[in-house]
Amino acid sequence: MAILRFIVFRAALGVLTLFAVSLLLFLGTQLLPGDVASALLGQSATPEALAVLRAKLGLNDPAYLRYLHWLFGVLHGNLGTSLTTGTPIASVLLPRLANTLFLAGYAAIIAVPLAVGLGILSAIREGGILDRTASILSLATISFPEFFVSYILIVIFASGFGWLPSLATVYDGMGFWSRLDATTLPAITLTLVVVAHMLRMTRTSTLAVMSSPYIETAFLKGMSRTRVVLGHALPNALGPIINVVAINLAYLVVGVVVVEVVFVYPGVGQFMVDAVSKRDLPTVQACGLIFATVFIGLNTLADILAALANPRLRSGLRQ
Amino acid sequence: MPKPHSMIDRRQFLGAAALMGAATGLSSIPLIGAGAAEVAPKQGGHLRLGMSGGSTTDSLNPTTYLSWVPANIGYQIMNGLVEIDEHNQATPELLMNWESKPGAADWTFDVRRDITFSNGKTLDADDIIYSINLHRGKSSSPAKPTLAAVTDIKKLSPNKIQILMSSGNADLPFLLSDYHILAVPNGFTDWKNPIGTGCFVLEHYEAGVRCITKKTRPYWKPNCGYVDSVETLTINDVSARTAALLSGQVDAINRLDARTVDLLKKRPKVHVIQSAAGQHGLFVMNCTDAPYNDNNVRMALKYAIDRKQLLDTVLRGYGRIGNDQPIPSTNQYYDASLPQHSFDPDKAKFYLKKAGQTDLKVELNVNDVAFTGATDAAQLFQQTAKAAGINLSIKQQPADGYWSNIWMKAPFCASYWGGRPTADQMLTIAYKSDAPWNDTFWKNPEFDKLLLEARVELDQAKRKEMYGQMQGMISDTGGAIIPLFIDYLEAGSDRVHGMKPNPLFDFMGERIGEKVWLS
Repeated sequence: MAILRFIVFRAALGVLTLFAVSLLLFLGTQLLPGDVASALLGQSATPEALAVLRAKLGLNDPAYLRYLHWLFGVLHGNLGTSLTTGTPIASVLLPRLANTLFLAGYAAIIAVPLAVGLGILSAIREGGILDRTASILSLATISFPEFFVSYILIVIFASGFGWLPSLATVYDGMGFWSRLDATTLPAITLTLVVVAHMLRMTRTSTLAVMSSPYIETAFLKGMSRTRVVLGHALPNALGPIINVVAINLAYLVVGVVVVEVVFVYPGVGQFMVDAVSKRDLPTVQACGLIFATVFIGLNTLADILAALANPRLRSGLRQ
Repeated sequence: MPKPHSMIDRRQFLGAAALMGAATGLSSIPLIGAGAAEVAPKQGGHLRLGMSGGSTTDSLNPTTYLSWVPANIGYQIMNGLVEIDEHNQATPELLMNWESKPGAADWTFDVRRDITFSNGKTLDADDIIYSINLHRGKSSSPAKPTLAAVTDIKKLSPNKIQILMSSGNADLPFLLSDYHILAVPNGFTDWKNPIGTGCFVLEHYEAGVRCITKKTRPYWKPNCGYVDSVETLTINDVSARTAALLSGQVDAINRLDARTVDLLKKRPKVHVIQSAAGQHGLFVMNCTDAPYNDNNVRMALKYAIDRKQLLDTVLRGYGRIGNDQPIPSTNQYYDASLPQHSFDPDKAKFYLKKAGQTDLKVELNVNDVAFTGATDAAQLFQQTAKAAGINLSIKQQPADGYWSNIWMKAPFCASYWGGRPTADQMLTIAYKSDAPWNDTFWKNPEFDKLLLEARVELDQAKRKEMYGQMQGMISDTGGAIIPLFIDYLEAGSDRVHGMKPNPLFDFMGERIGEKVWLS
């Protein structure tokens, strides 16, 4: 029962955070210089045209009224209407969210097993060739900016060998395999960017446990290093690993704007940047809220899983 | 497959021809021959365009076009009324045989016969009138101001219309070439699936991502309509666009980065097209604000900028030197006899002395949102101004809100004008005393009078002289420092043939889909 109470508590905390984020989102978008009217009209803005457009878009209402109005809509599943196109935001946003999740999923399927596996191997062979190579390579890829990694991959695999497309344009009705082919380069880019963090955390937390007395006992019993790491060290190191995996999964969803731009991938990040430059605030808020939900959701999930994975916390909850 | 050395020859030829075209206003006569000798036009194939200028907020309704991707798709599906050819002349498209009564306020146009829409309807005067009226009255079309002087459009017969104007305009055929004015059937409103007389019909459209159009019937326009289908991909990032071309995912891309064009030209299988254009980057001074209200100060600044250096560094040579007036050399009314302003510190000092300024300090507001390279240009300007004894400081402004907060507010700032098809449009929009976008606040009643007279003048020689006079006035007394006209740069792979420069818009006036062929 205690574990259930913990889950409910964590979930409630997540919802509360989401409310706080929605408020921050709204305030943040209000702080942007200029408004949608001046951004829409651009160089062709005259004072009269601006005034007409502002009134038409309801930009003259006080900010708190607009916030409450927006929040009310969101709670009823209505993300609002785009100021620039006049169409419901959800109808455009949801297919793009699906694209973003597809790419994130693709990258995660490569990155998470690779990173955790390599991390464990590195811990088993601490100081060995594999450990040092994995460490240096992953640090190198995380140290380069994403766009640089993207361009290098494009130069080699798209322009050079011509094996993979440099454009990740996906569309409705595209087959699964061609979709996979189109998104391979961005998925590899994302993998290279997130692997280092997870790999090093897996290695470090496993090794941290390795200095504990019960590990020494296991060794003294005559167990092999592999069995000690897999059977005794890893289960106790799972907590931090789950957390860092969750953070990186969240990053794959919310932090990939640059990669989307370079590969022209129709995801949420690109959509949000378009909306910011056009001052389409309801769309910006909707995107922000989706991102916040993903981030908070994954982190809450990680907390719960980490608690479940940790025998001490597990038993602590039972008391 | 064409031989590699012949490709290089053709590339060089294209470049040279484009340069020559700028000087003579005749850019394409040799090119038709060159293209034909290379690979004769042939039918078939799938053309893939990688374009900047599209967004998720686009629609295919012609009254909403703000950028190049929808305009290009529009021309794939629909036809314009008048086409601007490579010599910057108005030529018939759906309207032909135009005539005007003296005063240029009463026009008749023939509607082209035996043209059908993709839904089978035959084109007639009612369709044309409806299509023009989409941009009049309560319309929010960007083309509305262009047609403001049109008071009535009458159907004289099923194939003849009459257009009446409140004040004459000898350029009416040019005005009707506006890329927003596309012909649709009378009463048509289903903009999700536009019906037109164009070469292709819409197959699939996702705004800001991808569009597919297909050819379903023979195309009426002679020497056009070679490819079977066109795929238009929105690729706003210039590096991504270039990579897509180099990796063979698209056949042609628009808007190259001038800084990397020379590298691109070295790649095999790629040819670069350079078009002299009317777009120009400029620095505008508010002629009503001290110290710029003194023409001697304005002249000093005009002589304190090194145009050649800007052209060579900021544009890497892909542009033309400007002479502080907005009419490009491709325009038929361009006055080549005006004395060219050039970097001359002595002359600048002379004008400063005349203005009584011993220690002139000016502040230039810039951001690259005005035009690409504006900040670099300002920095070079700062150095040359120093040599002329002017202390020019640069204030870097945020890109956000530049057009609403800086432009036409700060007394000295970077600005940009896209090319306009006619001299009258350019001068009316930005230099007439009462123009809302007169960004130099330059007011000259004599100029205004001349502008109105030239607008209705049907005698070409007289007209040319009048426009020459107006260019001189702006160059000698205006508040605009126009150092550069910026060329359009685009590239195609060796599959694409028949790409040519266009003086108005890139991608052959956005009609590339119906004009090129593939090998």
